[in-house]
Amino acid sequence: MGFYFAQFLTGLANASSLFLIASGLSIIFGVTRIVNFAHGSLYMLGAYFAYTLITTLDAGGFGFWTGVILAALIVAVIGAVIEILVLRRIYRAPELFQLVATFGVLLIIQDVTLAIWGAEDLLGPRAPGLSRAVRIFGEPIPEYDIALIIIGPVVLGLIWLLFSRTRWGVLVRAATQDREMVGALGVNQRWLFTSAFMVGAFLAGLGGALQVPRESVSLLMDLSIIGEAFVVVVIGGMGSVTGAFVAAVIISVLNAFGVLVFPQISLVLPFLVMAVVLIVRPYGLFGTAASAHGPPTVPEAPMKPMSIAGIAVVAAAVALVALLPRLDDGFILVLMIDVLIAMLFAASLHFLMGVGGMVSFGHAAYFGLGAYAAALAVKALGLPMLAAMAFGPLVAALGAMIFGWFCVRLSGVYLAMLTLAAAQILWGVTFQWQSVTGGDDGILGVWPARWASSKPAFFYLALVLSVAGLVLIRHLAHSPFGYVLRGGRDSPIRTEAIGIDLRAHQWLGFILAGAFAGLAGVLFAFSKGSVFPDALSIGQSIDGLIMVLLGGVQALIGPIFGASAFVLLEDYISRLDYWRAILGGVILVIVLAAPNGIAGGLSGLWQLVRGGRKTGERA
Amino acid sequence: MLTRRELQMALAAAIIAAPFAGGAAHAQDPIKIGEMNSYTRMAAFTEPYRKGWELALEEINANGGINGRPLEIISRDDTGDPAAAIRIAEELVNRDEVVMLFGGFLSNIGLALADFANQNQIFYLASEPLTDAIVWSNGNKYTYRLRPSNWMQTGMLAAEAAKLDATKWATIAPNYAYGTDAVAAFKEQLKALKPDVEFVEEQWPTLFKIDAGSTVRALEQSKPDAIFNVTFGGDLAKFVREGSIRGLFDDRPVVSLLSGEPEYLDPLGDEAPEGWIVTGYPGLAVNTPEHDAFETAYVDKWGEAPKTGSVVGYNSMMTIKTLLEQTPSLETDDLLATMSGLEVDSPTGPFFYRPADHQATMGAYVGKTGMVDGKPGMVDWVYADGADFLPSEEDAAKMRPAE
Amino acid sequence: MSVLSVSNLSKSFGGVDAVRDVSFALGAAEFLALIGPNGAGKTTCFNMLNGYIRPDRGSVTLEGVELVGRKPRAVWRMGVGRTFQITQTFPSMTVRENVQMALISHHRRTLNMTRRATRLYAEEADTLLARVGMAEEAARPCAELAYGDLKRLELAIALAHRPKVLLMDEPTAGMAPSERIALMALTGEIIKSEGVSVLFTEHDMDVVFTHAHRILVLNRGTLIAEGTGPEIRANPMVQEVYLGGGTVFKGEANDA
Ligand SMILES: Nc1ncnc2c1ncn2[C@@H]1O[C@H](COP(=O)(O)OP(=O)(O)O)[C@@H](O)[C@H]1O
Ligand SMILES: [Mg+2]
Repeated sequence: MGFYFAQFLTGLANASSLFLIASGLSIIFGVTRIVNFAHGSLYMLGAYFAYTLITTLDAGGFGFWTGVILAALIVAVIGAVIEILVLRRIYRAPELFQLVATFGVLLIIQDVTLAIWGAEDLLGPRAPGLSRAVRIFGEPIPEYDIALIIIGPVVLGLIWLLFSRTRWGVLVRAATQDREMVGALGVNQRWLFTSAFMVGAFLAGLGGALQVPRESVSLLMDLSIIGEAFVVVVIGGMGSVTGAFVAAVIISVLNAFGVLVFPQISLVLPFLVMAVVLIVRPYGLFGTAASAHGPPTVPEAPMKPMSIAGIAVVAAAVALVALLPRLDDGFILVLMIDVLIAMLFAASLHFLMGVGGMVSFGHAAYFGLGAYAAALAVKALGLPMLAAMAFGPLVAALGAMIFGWFCVRLSGVYLAMLTLAAAQILWGVTFQWQSVTGGDDGILGVWPARWASSKPAFFYLALVLSVAGLVLIRHLAHSPFGYVLRGGRDSPIRTEAIGIDLRAHQWLGFILAGAFAGLAGVLFAFSKGSVFPDALSIGQSIDGLIMVLLGGVQALIGPIFGASAFVLLEDYISRLDYWRAILGGVILVIVLAAPNGIAGGLSGLWQLVRGGRKTGERA
Repeated sequence: MLTRRELQMALAAAIIAAPFAGGAAHAQDPIKIGEMNSYTRMAAFTEPYRKGWELALEEINANGGINGRPLEIISRDDTGDPAAAIRIAEELVNRDEVVMLFGGFLSNIGLALADFANQNQIFYLASEPLTDAIVWSNGNKYTYRLRPSNWMQTGMLAAEAAKLDATKWATIAPNYAYGTDAVAAFKEQLKALKPDVEFVEEQWPTLFKIDAGSTVRALEQSKPDAIFNVTFGGDLAKFVREGSIRGLFDDRPVVSLLSGEPEYLDPLGDEAPEGWIVTGYPGLAVNTPEHDAFETAYVDKWGEAPKTGSVVGYNSMMTIKTLLEQTPSLETDDLLATMSGLEVDSPTGPFFYRPADHQATMGAYVGKTGMVDGKPGMVDWVYADGADFLPSEEDAAKMRPAE
Repeated sequence: MSVLSVSNLSKSFGGVDAVRDVSFALGAAEFLALIGPNGAGKTTCFNMLNGYIRPDRGSVTLEGVELVGRKPRAVWRMGVGRTFQITQTFPSMTVRENVQMALISHHRRTLNMTRRATRLYAEEADTLLARVGMAEEAARPCAELAYGDLKRLELAIALAHRPKVLLMDEPTAGMAPSERIALMALTGEIIKSEGVSVLFTEHDMDVVFTHAHRILVLNRGTLIAEGTGPEIRANPMVQEVYLGGGTVFKGEANDA
């Protein structure tokens, strides 16, 4: 009995930590509709600043708590700077922009933190006066855990007071429920958004600072918390602080007891719970339909078929690329194979997001499924390469069929989060199921068949399959089916009102996008000779998002530019020190300066050159 | 308009390709060697390693290089992603035309590179990855491994653990291949030495996301006589904190893999546990003439004490130096033939590369954690020769796939 | 004979009755107006008629077939078209493509992946656009259209399926008076030529009295009057609702 109660308390202490960071994320989302990927970085900064302050102030309990609060305040100011310099400019952009922009911020903060505090973990002191354990029912409970258990609800109470007793709070709640209304109230929206972001950043910083007595401060804190923080916000209902609290308690307590029964559970538990909650309650426990969407976005221009001259140029470009093996210096082809694979992956994601309006934060799931299916087909089933290449997309499509059935029932951010959960669950399975997938040691020896094993041969294979995939995707986008998807993106209500079963079409679109991603994954597996869980990690999904964004969301040709630019850029800058910060900087520049991506930028440039021809034509 | 845009794409492709054309190597050039490691992803662990090989490289080139030719290391960040590592390896091998590859910290990258080496018929010296698979179940002709492996280091610990008066054991390890392999290897070797041991509890926290409180309580509940730990980094710090505050380590021996390495121990500061049985590296406390020379040079150059990675990095370069001095040519086949049984002198003593399984016999230090001059370190340590903790060469050869 | 029969339709939102026991019938080729102040429940009625909202009670039959419980897309297939108070079109398509979409659905070609969508039913779409006087705008991006044009486009979209019943929620809101007259005149012609029955809501009483064959008056969710223009004008309850509420019969356009 005492044991289980103590385990429960441990869960609650963790819940408090999780709640602090999630509540800030939720407030930021509620007011600004931004999915703030850099929230984990703010949390990490809170911990680093607190470490520095606490170890320098070094004046017992007073110094500790002052350090904690000061650290949170510093982070709040940093939050304000980020909001003013970056986010303020992209509130009207699609969800994808904000996610990718905040990811850019995350990259920059990672390297800045490394430069300032160094690579080694920093272990701060325990909290003065709270460094021992007390016995409850005979079980030792750390005093600091009890402090955390109290701090969580206290902060919840303070937020509640702030929301219900101040004009600012009323405005924040109004903004969370109805964006347009705030504009109508004549409120200075800028100030409201900045201050909401600051409060969110403060809470993240506070969460990080309060971790100092529990864990060592490290450069991995940002990414290790952000996934769970998202989960908590989504389970609670985006924008709901109470929801965040309840969800944090559920996740933490489940985990505390889960490890007793099934010690490996932590890997997927949060994402499993999120998937179940979203399937049962599509807007989370306390969320409302209104909170699912960002601001309405500028509609893209109608699609144009490719002109004869255009087709000729594309054919010429493909022919030119096909000549590359003659120029090969041993590496161009390798790089070009990566580019081709990335193009196909990005185009499949773009088909889902750009054409279908279904933003996926977990598209790597299908890339990875294709890669693993092909690898297993070769290694376990002993299939020849071509059969494995057909098997991969099929399995990816099957996976997309299963997950897509749930995902298309949601929309906006919740859809994105369910795709993320799906990808994370799959990642957990490949990671854990060592007997089949080899766990994180992966599957090795997935090299192409002999006839395709020379670099030029495999390059041509990749070229043919990628170009075929790209042409097919483009063709689909122009077909009635593609138009239905675009219609569903533009106006689901109208689509249903002209007799179309939108969900069924979206489901099929999801499956097709999955199959194309799977084909990219298959090529990937054979080009690298091995498959690891990284192929379906969040990182791979984000890479896809960055490519789509770099290329331009509103142009079918965008992914081709975006993927080329991303692969070449990444390959080049990883040679430099602090390449993450550089990549982050490039992402921010693109997001802020060329929100239509490379394709949009080029066509804009072209129109300037042509002297202000009518705008709005797109491929 | 579309036509033009596509034209621009073609132009872009041409521009992209341009800088990559040309540039073949000449015979008088330095000997080029490719190196990569997870310099950003695992900065705390790979920095000392880099400093180690950079020091050795400087010494080699200051002494006239290899037979008059300087050594050039092309060093890259693998970004912690196996796919990126493969791409970089392709570039190093095919464009830069390096004679061999070395490096790697993460096991999955080590395995991917080993497989790549096999496919592309290039010699790869796996410096840091610990996984046994790289020389055994996935071993291949082209891959050798330097660092004492999972099996060897758990064997060293099992030998110590067998001496304890403990039969009921609990284990805690991060939930990924390194953790599961280490626990399995420890169990197998301890059971062989002491058949009556019993493993009563296993905890598998997610790597770098340990819920230490719950995990500690789950271990405590099983009331083990002793604990075998594999967690490291931030997980270890949290585990130590939560464990000591809850009395998990009171009167309970802990055997802990790698925790004596300065990379793992230093960040714990004055909260470093005392009396844990660990493998690791005592750093400045090692007082052999070879080590003193290395130590002095290292401290002079970098202004800090060497860590485990420093030794691994340095010994990697010592291996390469010895190899290149002895090999008849830089052809891969000659390099491989020379590697087989190659004897290398190093700051931590001589070791050789076993012909049967390509594993180096470099050892590790086994001792207890304690305070040394007010800083956490190793006490009562001995150097355990790797050769003593490896299966016989015949047995090892049976574990490797047929070539 | 009535095409659409509504009986005892009721819906409440959180205890507030938005629509209560509404019953009426829409005759063949009838032009029927549903009027009432803001918040009277007109849009809610429409939403129940075409399946967006499931009524708490009541029934809606189209030529004797029950509609309640069917999805909007099924109701549309059975022949009930709709335009929206807040227009619902596809802004990233051209005007013609908007109509083509409805035609593609009408011809059940939505799963086609081989043809080029813009080549399907282009002439048919142009005919429909000409019908609503938008032939000139066919190639323009829908996003560029003025509000009044969007309403006419919605009408063309609705006609694509050759509906038996057309529900038009505030079709003239946001239009200049002359445009209003023109659109309603056009609708009147369509009723005559295609034999479609139209139920519409409208705030401009001039429009209502000029064009509607019959008028229903809704107030706080209840039907309070039903009759021809002169009958309604003379109805004291209607006067009470409109005049007593401080509003004139005009000037309530553009509500939300
Ligand atoms: N989804 C809804 N949830 C709650 N109340 C609603 C909803 N839709 C409409 N209402 C309420 O029902 C009443 C009728 O609204 P509506 O049908 O839009 O009126 P009208 O179209 O006549 O202006 C109003 O009081 C409105 O606030
Ligand atoms: Mg209305």
